[in-house]
Amino acid sequence: MMESGLAPDDLQAVWLTLKLAATATCLLLLIATPLAWWLAMSRTWYKGVVSAMVALPLVVPPSVLGFYLLLLMGPHGAVGELTLALHLGTLPFTFAGLVIGSVLFSLPFAVQPIQNAFEAMGRRPLEAAATLRANAWDRFASVALPLARPGFLTAIILAFAHTVGEFGVVLMLGGNIPGETRVISVAIYNHVEAMEYTAAHGLAIGMVLFSFVVLLGLYLSGGVRMVR
Amino acid sequence: MSQKLNRWVVFGALLFGTMAQSVHAGEVNAAVAANFAAPMQQIVALFQKASPHTVKVSTGSSGNFYTQIKEGAPFDVFLSADEQTPRLLEQEGLAVAKSRFVYAQGKLVLWSVQPGLIDAKGVVLRHGAYKRLAIADPKLAPYGMAAKEALEKLGYWNDVQSKLVTGENITQTYQFAATGNAELAFVALSQITKNGRVTEGSWWIVPASMYNPIKQAAVQLTAAKDKEAAHALLAFLKSEKAAAIIRSYGYELP
Amino acid sequence: MNGVGAHFVLQREGFTLDAAFSAPAVGVTALFGPSGSGKTTLLRCIAGLERAAGSLHVNGEVWQNGKAFVPTHRRPIGFVFQEASLFPHLSVRANLEYGYKRTRPADRQVHLEQVLEWLGLSRLIGRSDPSSLSGGERQRVAIGRALLTSPRILLMDEPLAALDANSKLDILPYLERLHRKLEIPVLYVSHALDEVVRLADHLVLLQQGRVIACGALSETLSRLDLPTAHLDDAGAMIEAVVAQHDEAYSLTRLDFAGGSLWVGRVAQPPGTRVRARVLARDVSIAMQHPQASSITNILEARIDEICDEGADKVVVRMGIGSEHVLLSRITRRSRDLLDLKVGMPVYAQVKSVALMA
Repeated sequence: MMESGLAPDDLQAVWLTLKLAATATCLLLLIATPLAWWLAMSRTWYKGVVSAMVALPLVVPPSVLGFYLLLLMGPHGAVGELTLALHLGTLPFTFAGLVIGSVLFSLPFAVQPIQNAFEAMGRRPLEAAATLRANAWDRFASVALPLARPGFLTAIILAFAHTVGEFGVVLMLGGNIPGETRVISVAIYNHVEAMEYTAAHGLAIGMVLFSFVVLLGLYLSGGVRMVR
Repeated sequence: MSQKLNRWVVFGALLFGTMAQSVHAGEVNAAVAANFAAPMQQIVALFQKASPHTVKVSTGSSGNFYTQIKEGAPFDVFLSADEQTPRLLEQEGLAVAKSRFVYAQGKLVLWSVQPGLIDAKGVVLRHGAYKRLAIADPKLAPYGMAAKEALEKLGYWNDVQSKLVTGENITQTYQFAATGNAELAFVALSQITKNGRVTEGSWWIVPASMYNPIKQAAVQLTAAKDKEAAHALLAFLKSEKAAAIIRSYGYELP
Repeated sequence: MNGVGAHFVLQREGFTLDAAFSAPAVGVTALFGPSGSGKTTLLRCIAGLERAAGSLHVNGEVWQNGKAFVPTHRRPIGFVFQEASLFPHLSVRANLEYGYKRTRPADRQVHLEQVLEWLGLSRLIGRSDPSSLSGGERQRVAIGRALLTSPRILLMDEPLAALDANSKLDILPYLERLHRKLEIPVLYVSHALDEVVRLADHLVLLQQGRVIACGALSETLSRLDLPTAHLDDAGAMIEAVVAQHDEAYSLTRLDFAGGSLWVGRVAQPPGTRVRARVLARDVSIAMQHPQASSITNILEARIDEICDEGADKVVVRMGIGSEHVLLSRITRRSRDLLDLKVGMPVYAQVKSVALMA
């Protein structure tokens, strides 16, 4: 992408975006896996309530979600008061804040494929493993995880891509600080609004190419085979 | 409808003497910059009482309206948040020549949601214990450019760089400050004015000499050249009644 | 206390399991009943896959009692599901070794080579994808996988029900051999009477979630008060020994205490123990020894019990010698014409004998 002549600011935005997407995707996997497991296996009535909450970001406009996060994480919000009490400062306009916003916003994209994979697997393989002396963790690691691999692959692709392309939350929460919160989508928007179309094209084409290469790589490396 | 017509017959000649020969009620499609949505609502209410016409108001960003108008959006009048966009439309023949006028002039204000934080001269900018100063993006928003000019004039521009967060537009900048995430913000006086008064937090109205005037201009669009209702609305926008409303929202008039 | 002692109570929507039974420490105990009678649920309770109230002890160990509950993975069981349930992401070898690796080395009594031989798996162990196996092969791998945990009890949930007739025939000999080799109790769920007769030594009869009978197979099968005696393929099982081959007519004589039966030539050498199954509908009754009859097998018998079946039939239980019984299904009219009564000496004419092993 160097060759396309990106300005240092834009290169920084590219690097920041990748960092944000990678961090958010890792966190999402950590959060979504137990959540998806619980949603797939539990039979309680309030499972529906949790499912609905997880799916909310699909419906709520990102800028609205961003605004509520701004309120919540601000000095007068519940989260903000907590982080202040812990001497951590407040989260808006920080990279950590963006990560949290991205995780919340992309949560359904990570949870649902994994949950579907666990549900498609059913209980039988786990029961079989239990009769073969495998304890709960062992069953999860040696049976559930490998069998749900296509779901995890989909979740990673979607969570990463969704974070890269995310705009509304970042815009509301970020404050457009170079190197800290100015990601590609915001940079592109800025260029377009300022009618700097060449710079916007450079970033946009780079983003499309990058996404395509990532998706292609994942599909070729076994995604398609696993989905069979 | 007939009641409205009767009223028109009584008051119409007084208000718009030149149009007495035509008494048909019309509809105006107005594209209005988001920051002027609230005063416009009141102005339209008054206008509709005083005339047989009805107004449909669309609010949004001036840049979007510009693109939409170029693509043939069915607007009759356009109230922009700046002066540049209407001028461009006029040059491109999309607006009626010489119909352009400044209907409001924005005032820049340094504002904090915390009472007592901002002093009468804005010295807090240099000495105050604050972490974040929010401004609108100078490249994108007139208020952002004005904020940058004021900071440069004050000689603080370089000092505040590390504390700066930028909103995409002035609304977002206001939200950063209203939620307390930025202690200080350069916003529009109109955003913190309610019923002609500022009631919340602390503020410093930046002297007009520190930045180029933030002029908001309106035009009649070429497609509505002969539309009488559009003429009437723009004329009403220039009236004393409308001016009173505009001022009460923290704008000045040229 | 050796063997299995179980009592489970489980409330489900539209179904109540309230089943108590005991099974001996050796041999195959069949849990038999129509579908919906709760036999699979009962087996899953024993495995700990289903949590019911109640108590369970196996070979002197308490697996469940009050709040005490040994989780499935700590129970030394082997479990064979109706569908093989092999792990699709593991090779055949990795499937077989899955439980073996998780069994403490000190507890390993069954090893891979043995299982390969018992179940004829040597040819299949190199396969990487278990889905390339046939139904019968998959089930054999599943059985081998269960055995490699060196279980102290083998639980089999209709292991043949999902297989086609050919696969069943393919796998049955393995099961029979296995049951003779293993010295552990086997609980075998089935709703197919022929499988039960062929494999089981004991029978636990279930109906609507309750145990209605529990005992040795041949005794229980011939009890006229139980629904098993009134199934279309009801019959008696006789344990016999291959006595003599008649090469001229290609027949084999089976001897048992109280008589002998001629059957089509079998492969087993004289002295082999076999099970002969005689269906009630294939047995008729005569008052005198028939002199000129095409029927070869005519046994001296004594009427023990007569039971009405529907409007037109009766089932008669007859003692042969002191240890064996036969069932016969005849019309009510025949009973009245012959004036059959309990205690009468009669001749049982056996039209057909099925050899189970």
